[in-house]
Amino acid sequence: MTAERLFDLKSISKSFSKGKESIAIFEGLNMVIDKGDFVAIMGPSGSGKTTLLNMLGGVDKPTKGEILYAGKGIEKYSEGQLANWRAAHIGFIFQFYNLMPMLTAAKNVELPLLLKKMSSSQRKKSVAAALELVGLADRAKHKPDELSGGQQQRVAIARAIVSDPDLLLCDEPTGDLDRATATEILETLQLLNKDFGKTIVMVTHDPAAAKYAKRCVHLDKGEFVEKELVA
Amino acid sequence: MSDFYLIRKNLTRNKLRLSLNSFAIFIAFLLFGVLASLQAAFDAGVELSSEQRMIVTNKINFTQPMPLAYVNKVRAVEGVASVTHANWFGAYYQDPQKPLVGFAVDAESYLEVYEEFVLAPEQREAWFNNRIGIVVGDQMARTLGWKVGDRLPVSSSIFTQKDGSSVWEMEVMGIFTGNDEQFDTNYFLLHYKYFIETQSFGGDWIGWITIKTTDPALNDEVSKTIDAQFANSPAETKTTSEKQFSKAFVEQFGNIGLMITSIVGAAFFTILFIVGNSMALSVRERTNEIAVLKTIGFQAPRIFKMVLSESILLALLGGCLGLFVANVLVNGAAQAPQLRSMLPNLVLTDMVAFKALGLMLVLGLVTGILPAWRAMKLNTIDALNRR
Ligand SMILES: Nc1ncnc2c1ncn2[C@@H]1O[C@H](COP(=O)(O)OP(=O)(O)OP(=O)(O)O)[C@@H](O)[C@H]1O
Ligand SMILES: [Mg+2]
Repeated sequence: MTAERLFDLKSISKSFSKGKESIAIFEGLNMVIDKGDFVAIMGPSGSGKTTLLNMLGGVDKPTKGEILYAGKGIEKYSEGQLANWRAAHIGFIFQFYNLMPMLTAAKNVELPLLLKKMSSSQRKKSVAAALELVGLADRAKHKPDELSGGQQQRVAIARAIVSDPDLLLCDEPTGDLDRATATEILETLQLLNKDFGKTIVMVTHDPAAAKYAKRCVHLDKGEFVEKELVA
Repeated sequence: MSDFYLIRKNLTRNKLRLSLNSFAIFIAFLLFGVLASLQAAFDAGVELSSEQRMIVTNKINFTQPMPLAYVNKVRAVEGVASVTHANWFGAYYQDPQKPLVGFAVDAESYLEVYEEFVLAPEQREAWFNNRIGIVVGDQMARTLGWKVGDRLPVSSSIFTQKDGSSVWEMEVMGIFTGNDEQFDTNYFLLHYKYFIETQSFGGDWIGWITIKTTDPALNDEVSKTIDAQFANSPAETKTTSEKQFSKAFVEQFGNIGLMITSIVGAAFFTILFIVGNSMALSVRERTNEIAVLKTIGFQAPRIFKMVLSESILLALLGGCLGLFVANVLVNGAAQAPQLRSMLPNLVLTDMVAFKALGLMLVLGLVTGILPAWRAMKLNTIDALNRR
């Protein structure tokens, strides 16, 4: 069975210029991600994991090369087009949750739906479903500072999935959580991948976390060292 | 939830900051509302005075009488469109300590010269046909509780009737207003005929003449002709334009406009810094959240609008509160008898309110534009990586 291709990164180069110097992060990087994949990206600090994730999510652009998403080169999109593309296809999950402190959990989850043409009752339904899925239906009215770190991250997951994106991008989603809570979050991600068919790309430092993925790639000095995990 | 909900939540998330900022804005617009109303009241006398009207008084001073015959002689002067005359009645009602403004006039010609005077046609008719009838300004009627149909004993502190009494019976036939809200309605008018035939001072004299010229350009010419005509007579005249007359009155108080402009200017300059700085700070604190919104897919111009709306909302909030309290204060002050006789036009006009609204928008724009611009241009990657 050949899976449908979601991403095709073709000889990506990325460099940052600091003053006169230009630091190359990647040079001619290739990568493919299939629909329904769950990829863990590991690697030492500064190896370019976040940079890679940002390029996949259309918040950063490669200096050279192509990023094909469903066959279309997104690196050519304008800022405005990219914003629409992100709203339609990507859910982001950050290490530090990044919730709006003055909004309740439900309102935080509703945020991405402001970008969709939906009636408020439709929105309420989607929000309730997303919170239900992450097991926080009873915390809908709580503000972030009334929730634990793990609960906040689950709200963030609900926010990432509420508009039903194809792809979830997670940058160290358990980096700030204890083992037990991390396990809950990872199980939720696994559920989203297995039962809901979400493609997931997750950056992590934790080998235990990487085990939840279908495969793990190691990034080092801008190069991949891929190895299959024992299923 | 809508963008407006987010804007509101952002505005109210720091209650202390919100109250300090809106208080600063509140004070500025309170000052503006009160001072601009004062200025408008001072200016109203000048502005409302017609370019085309001139006043003919006795040269000695305006309390000295002139013969009634002057009216027809003035009417004959080239460039004069219409003429009317008036006498000061020196009225009070029951309490001699509370003088009222009242003139004895020739009703028909008076209404012709004072076009801004608004009186219902049936009341006007009724007044013309009743010898003891008077018409009362809306504000005076409200203060004294006078209504159409009231028969009242009105006294004069100057004149007496032939039987020695200083009380005249008068009947309210109408309540008048002006076609401008600053039009002074704190006076009443009685018939010249009734006054002159009953008072014991002697017949056929008047206090002053008001004329309307056919063209303001003719004013100088007309005033010279009139004054020349009565030169070397027992009652020489002095003819000045109504505007000059009002201006001279206002200028007694010094340069009010400059004073008000500098106070309000200083207040605005100060809040521009306070509020502008605070807006910038509060948006900087939100860098991360703005970055998240952009990452999720909010377009940059939408973020720009949200931040700008927030600062405008803040300006409107504090500003409208200030304007509201200014209105209460101005209305309260306008009830004070001393102020009312000096500044009959004291009211927070629509014009002042519109200007205030415009200033609020400008304030909101100026304090919000830079933070909004920064939020719009915010580099998502930098913002999310640097924590
Ligand atoms: N905006 C930028 N300007 C300049 N250099 C940058 C920028 N963003 C990243 N870098 C550099 O690129 C390299 C890779 O950064 P990146 O954040 O992708 O690493 P990472 O693998 O996510 O590291 P960590 O595990 O610490 O999060 C680093 O050397 C970093 O200093
Ligand atoms: Mg990183």
